[in-house]
Amino acid sequence: MLMSSDIFLQFCVAGVTYGIIYGVVAIGFTIIYNTTGIINFAQGEFLMIGGMTAVTLQRYVSLPLAILGAVAITMLAGAAIEVLFIRWLHRPSVLRMIIITIGVSIVIREIALHLWDEKSHALPHFTGDSVSALTVAGAKISPQVLWVIGVCGAMVLLLGLFFRATPLGRQMRACASNRDAARLCGINTRNMVTLSFVLSAGMGALAGCVVSPITYVQYDSGTALAIKGFTAAILGGLGSTAGAAAGGLILGLLESFGVWVLPAAYKDAVAIAVMLGVLFLRPSGIFGNAEAARLREF
Amino acid sequence: MAGGGRGLGFTAGLAVAVVTIQVAASSAHKVFYLTQLTMSAYAMLIVLGLALLMGYAGQASMGQAGFFAIGGYTAAFLTTFDLAPHRGSVVVSLLGRMHLLLTRADGSGGSITHVHPWAAALFAIVLAAAIAWLVAGPVFRLRGHYLAMATLGFGIIVHRIFLGSSLFGAADGISDVPALALLPGFAITGRAASRVSNYYAAWGVVLLTLWMLSNLIDSRIGRALRAIHGSENAAAAVGIPIARFKTQVFVLAASLAAVAGVLLTHFNGGIGPSDASVMKSVRFVAIVAVGGMANLRGALAMGTVLTFLSLRGYFGTFDDLVFGGILLAMMLFAPEGIVGGQLWQRLKSANPLKVR
Amino acid sequence: MATQVLEVRELGRRFGGLQAVADLSFCVTRGVVKAVIGPNGAGKTTLFNLVSGFARPDTGSVCFLGEDVRGLPAHELARRGMARTFQQIQLVPGMSVLENVLTGRHRHTRAGFLPSLLRLPRTVREGRAAREHCRETLAFLGLADYAEAEAVSLAYGLQRLVELARALACEPQLLLLDEPAAGLNMRETEEMAGTIRRINATGLTVLLVEHDMGLVMNISHEILVLGAGRRVAEGTPHEIQGNPDVIRIYLGEDDDQGP
Repeated sequence: MLMSSDIFLQFCVAGVTYGIIYGVVAIGFTIIYNTTGIINFAQGEFLMIGGMTAVTLQRYVSLPLAILGAVAITMLAGAAIEVLFIRWLHRPSVLRMIIITIGVSIVIREIALHLWDEKSHALPHFTGDSVSALTVAGAKISPQVLWVIGVCGAMVLLLGLFFRATPLGRQMRACASNRDAARLCGINTRNMVTLSFVLSAGMGALAGCVVSPITYVQYDSGTALAIKGFTAAILGGLGSTAGAAAGGLILGLLESFGVWVLPAAYKDAVAIAVMLGVLFLRPSGIFGNAEAARLREF
Repeated sequence: MAGGGRGLGFTAGLAVAVVTIQVAASSAHKVFYLTQLTMSAYAMLIVLGLALLMGYAGQASMGQAGFFAIGGYTAAFLTTFDLAPHRGSVVVSLLGRMHLLLTRADGSGGSITHVHPWAAALFAIVLAAAIAWLVAGPVFRLRGHYLAMATLGFGIIVHRIFLGSSLFGAADGISDVPALALLPGFAITGRAASRVSNYYAAWGVVLLTLWMLSNLIDSRIGRALRAIHGSENAAAAVGIPIARFKTQVFVLAASLAAVAGVLLTHFNGGIGPSDASVMKSVRFVAIVAVGGMANLRGALAMGTVLTFLSLRGYFGTFDDLVFGGILLAMMLFAPEGIVGGQLWQRLKSANPLKVR
Repeated sequence: MATQVLEVRELGRRFGGLQAVADLSFCVTRGVVKAVIGPNGAGKTTLFNLVSGFARPDTGSVCFLGEDVRGLPAHELARRGMARTFQQIQLVPGMSVLENVLTGRHRHTRAGFLPSLLRLPRTVREGRAAREHCRETLAFLGLADYAEAEAVSLAYGLQRLVELARALACEPQLLLLDEPAAGLNMRETEEMAGTIRRINATGLTVLLVEHDMGLVMNISHEILVLGAGRRVAEGTPHEIQGNPDVIRIYLGEDDDQGP
């Protein structure tokens, strides 16, 4: 059964939009995983905190300032999580860490429920409003979608530049590659760990802000995002930032086109099915190295 | 030392406590407490299975609520789905000839023909066990947090299926589930008149389970499980088939959860998708963590208290926060159960230069 | 009964870029104590793991009790009569000495999940018999007094004996000892040597990896010397002691001062 080209494009646009968000979450997972070996299940909460905080702030200040404030606050939250729950643990096992981060995400979520409420919120559209649409190649796209793709795309590119071209970025890569060697070279690995949390938190917050006009954000948005981001990260091969971005896009598209064959209620199940598929069939992911994956302690 | 031991004294003491509480509640005209204690008892079946799985076999499962739901929903569906319009079909007539059908009055004045509750219950438990068996193989090839994520993913899929499927009542779940008759004049049901008998039935099942699991822990199998948890190398070196045992314990834990699902569904007269949610699974993990992993009695005691308080609304809107917080605190400060195991012990004791 | 308990032919295994074991062939005759020695990195532990099923060989074959067992997992080899101890002691925490040794009776007991859950009388009887057997094993090694103590709380030397007791409880056809004297002081090493001799005297075939030359020369009937994953020499202790190749791989080419 074929679909018409403009519907096809609509699905593509939706897939890419969500996919880029998943990619940002996945990159956040990857950054923290690379520096610490921890899967930070609270990753999704950063988007939620960013979005919700921005919504509250923009009642008092202008939109750009609100977003800036939200990102800053979320970065602080990320640092706080690292210092409070991660830093002082002495060689914790991987399993222990994931249960801890699951616990952290639950606590954050419930605090958010009581700080805000259970309703969904959104920032106003950055340009235009909820009904404005641009026509690109036959498909109607909300300008906010372009904002999402633009902002997140820029973030990913800047991140790549950061890792490649700045001293701090190179230090983080060294830390990710071989923590003990990095420490011997005088790199303060503990700060690198905190930095990785701050970076992931900031990226997540910005993504949460820019996507909230489309998807709305509520106190429990973080959980689904964490699972999908994790799926995207392992789909691309855990540990690779490029793989995470690619995994996110692939997942977004799979989910989007999945709605075409499955009832809408099962949309979330697509991501879970993909996750289970990767875990059971190819844990190293599409682009990951199977041998390297086996050597890593999962 | 492992707290799952013979503890006949504990079981007896628990039995006494159960009776005392019933007498006290009845005489204080607070029989509704018994309802919540009954529900807590069924939740403890899940906790006991999970404590065995996590504490003794060392495998974390974030998806036990999924097996609870499979058990409960299957029983609910089979006992509320009217087969009368399908009388002609091969399957239904076969069921009829095997005396597995029951016709009764439904709530709205008509009559309904459905699978006999006992057949439904048996089928539900076997189904949950079979699914657990299928899932266990691939799951146990994974390690560490991938294992946790896989069981989490399983739980979410089960939740989504029940939430999204109109066959299972979608967001409303299934209600008007009939009673499960145990003996003439005694059934698992939520009717006010049966509160006391159901209370004893529930706690009877819990005590029986506790006795059986304690037997298991003290047996050759229990030692094998502890060996698997403590040192897989040691276990392999003495010929213990690790993968097979992990699977069997996983199936056992899933079956217990399914039994709880079946019984609680008949008691409540229904089941809903929130019973399959991830937060429910997290609660069970939190209870096992705080009760002391390898400690059936501790998990039972803490679990009953926490579940009862939660059911009475004591935690208010902070319910999930309490359990999430408990899980977090336990993992931060006292993880020696699930996640301790090999790595923890090896770090603590494997220093060949240690002078004693 | 096969005279060759273990036959290894052209065994080979790589890890990434390193050829840990290459083209290794040797036999272990029933009733002997055979020691595998060699400098660090010579492949001794890898060999042990390959033989006992904790690692899979890339090439070659392993024949145990006349049957080809190449590629079988560790628990399957244990089931067939191989028992081993570990370089880093692998005892189960939270269990007593007796309970740890009882795990060694696993393949000689049969009670499954259901009988154990229900505590059937025959299961209880089987458990009692197993306990008796283990107490005898503990007595044989002088550990009778420690039966109820938590295994991992004992002194290091005693923990080694507990692991040994567990291996003996398996009633194996071949006992593999991975550096049994590691971490032991001189007196304990001598006692260990005596213990191994006593075990061998009951007819049990022993294959061990060890660094302590005193122990090795003292109790072994045969010695296999490995260097860089290959066989350097094989023979009686006397033959090995005078072998210039052996001295060379231990001391290195440049430092060869001669015997």
